[in-house]
Amino acid sequence: MASKRKKKVAAKEAVTTVVVMRLYIAGRAPNSVKAIANLEAICRQHLKDSYKLEIVDVCEHPRRALDDGILVTPSLAKLSPTPGAHVIGNLSDTHSVLAALGVHLAPAT
Amino acid sequence: MRAVKSTDGQVLSKAATGIEGFDEISLGGLPRNRTTLIMGGPGAGKSVFALQTLVGAARKSRQAGIFVAFEENIASIVANSAAFDWNLPALMRKRLFFMNAQLSPAFVATGDFDLGGMLAMLEAKQAEIDARWVVFDGIDVLLSLLRTPRAKMREIYRLRDWLTRRELTAIITTKIDGEVASADSSNYGFMQFMVDCVVRFDRRMEQGIPVRRLEISKYRGSAFAPGEFPLSFGPHGMEVASPGPTDLPQEASTERVSTGFEGLDQMLGGGLFRGSSTLITGAPGTSKTTLAGLFAESACRRGERTLFVSFDEGGERVRRNLKSVGIQLDPHVKSGMLQMYSGRTDSVNPEEHLLRISAKIAAHRPRCVVIDPLSAISRTGALSSARAIGNRLIYKLHDHRITAVITALVDGDDPGSEATELQVSTIADNWIQLSYLVCGGERNRALTIVKCRGTRHSNQVRELMLSDQGVALADVYSSGGEVLMGTLRWEKEVEEKSRALLRQDESAQKRRELQFAEADASARIAALQLDLERQRAALALYARDDAARHLSSGERQTEVRRLRGANGNDTATSVARRRKVSPAASTRRNGNGQERSRRGE
Repeated sequence: MASKRKKKVAAKEAVTTVVVMRLYIAGRAPNSVKAIANLEAICRQHLKDSYKLEIVDVCEHPRRALDDGILVTPSLAKLSPTPGAHVIGNLSDTHSVLAALGVHLAPAT
Repeated sequence: MRAVKSTDGQVLSKAATGIEGFDEISLGGLPRNRTTLIMGGPGAGKSVFALQTLVGAARKSRQAGIFVAFEENIASIVANSAAFDWNLPALMRKRLFFMNAQLSPAFVATGDFDLGGMLAMLEAKQAEIDARWVVFDGIDVLLSLLRTPRAKMREIYRLRDWLTRRELTAIITTKIDGEVASADSSNYGFMQFMVDCVVRFDRRMEQGIPVRRLEISKYRGSAFAPGEFPLSFGPHGMEVASPGPTDLPQEASTERVSTGFEGLDQMLGGGLFRGSSTLITGAPGTSKTTLAGLFAESACRRGERTLFVSFDEGGERVRRNLKSVGIQLDPHVKSGMLQMYSGRTDSVNPEEHLLRISAKIAAHRPRCVVIDPLSAISRTGALSSARAIGNRLIYKLHDHRITAVITALVDGDDPGSEATELQVSTIADNWIQLSYLVCGGERNRALTIVKCRGTRHSNQVRELMLSDQGVALADVYSSGGEVLMGTLRWEKEVEEKSRALLRQDESAQKRRELQFAEADASARIAALQLDLERQRAALALYARDDAARHLSSGERQTEVRRLRGANGNDTATSVARRRKVSPAASTRRNGNGQERSRRGE
């Protein structure tokens, strides 16, 4: 919880918009592994350093996922900036992930 | 292998749902530690079935359960079930956990996902509350997010394996529309193979009234009652109309039960058989209720508990109306012998009535039941379902060996409609028909026994007469092929009476005449007899006189001869003898002599 709060503070302080995300995965399930890889690739390519990512393993912290209303894995929650968003799946479609995160491809080009 | 073995070993173990009727048709409930699939259109009662099962398990067996709601949010589920006496909020504190699994429309799906996370969460929750049951309500919502059929199949397998491993008794509900896309239906087809029990729910509109039914279409390793069963919602939740035992060895009673109406008992050969059902049909005002009331009153007087079901008329009113013909039901209601149930048919669906009546029967355990009129239930809703309900009601009464009198309204004088819309006349053991006969400016009630199983019954049409002393039956006159009733009958009776008097007089007169003639004849015979005797006497007198005269003449000749001195005494006698012989005899003798002489020649 402490780390989460720190990230939020960091997001506010950043000059460029920092995207704060949380990815829920289920252990070493194939889709979860894929999702981590896909998300890391997207972040590296499009977000550079302006992101904060927390990965929650539902198998280890089921109560937390339950409280957060998580259903399926993998599941990505965009916590800030507003509006929040929720993406489920292994994040194989880069375009729709970026659209959901509110990141436009224009700066990258 | 272990999992297979353990599940196989539990094939016959069933977990009761606590849903009235369902545990009967499924012969014990749902397969324990296995998965049941509930399929049906929207509003068919799937979620209620699933939730009620959890509630029942939590209350009766104190088993905890988890309800995963994909479709509805939890607040609305709790609000919707407030109509039932489940007391969900109290259960939710202890044995019932709701997981809100609604996927918000803001969710974006990119790529494949799985249920691993959710199952991990559920596993934690199961361990926490020691859940034995789990419901996945509206799994179709979740599956619709999975793009490929392969992914769907994979997740269903994942779910199934997890459920088996966790030894949970699971209910999965899924929505199906009337026309499911073929791709989807293959998906559900696959689900049906996977699970051990499939129950289909159906909701149809029939004449503006929704009719819900369920059918068990699959039950691995177990028998079940086939066919569709109507269901409805009562105060305790869903109730399924179970047909009861299918082949009941119905003992046929020979005990007679009075109808409370002596004349009718006589016509029926002594009364109704115990446990039989009697249908009384008739147009409005033909005093169907009166006959039903008589039956109820006499049953109560015999000390038999009775249930009087009146549709569209309150119990008070029924009793007041019956009082006007001398039928007193109030004391029996006070003593508890008689229970009244009044139902409105415009707002309550027939299925509900059946369930309520069944509940009354279970509580009051009556030996006699009156339903007045059964035809009311066909007014609302679908005729076909009303028919089924009528039939089921009668079967139920049969099963409980209740002697029942059921009235049914028949419109018009069409004899074809006597068969009643509800077609219960074929099931009922006895059928009494009441009708109006209009003649001579009057409308009179006529009673006919159309059928009476197992009894020789009167085939006569009788007139039913009502007065504040009660009811009575009168013979009707038929003259010239016409049945006479009322005043005409009375006139006919008077006429018959005077005619009889006249006939009596006439015959007396005739008898007297004949007596006179007889006396006359015998008097004449006596006179003739006297005459005859007189004649005979005269004849005898004459004969004697004649003989005396001849004798005296003979004596005179002898005397003359003697006086003349001749001694031909012999001659004198021969002469006398010759004279005595009749001339005919002498000629015959002569003739004979001549014949003999001729033969000699």
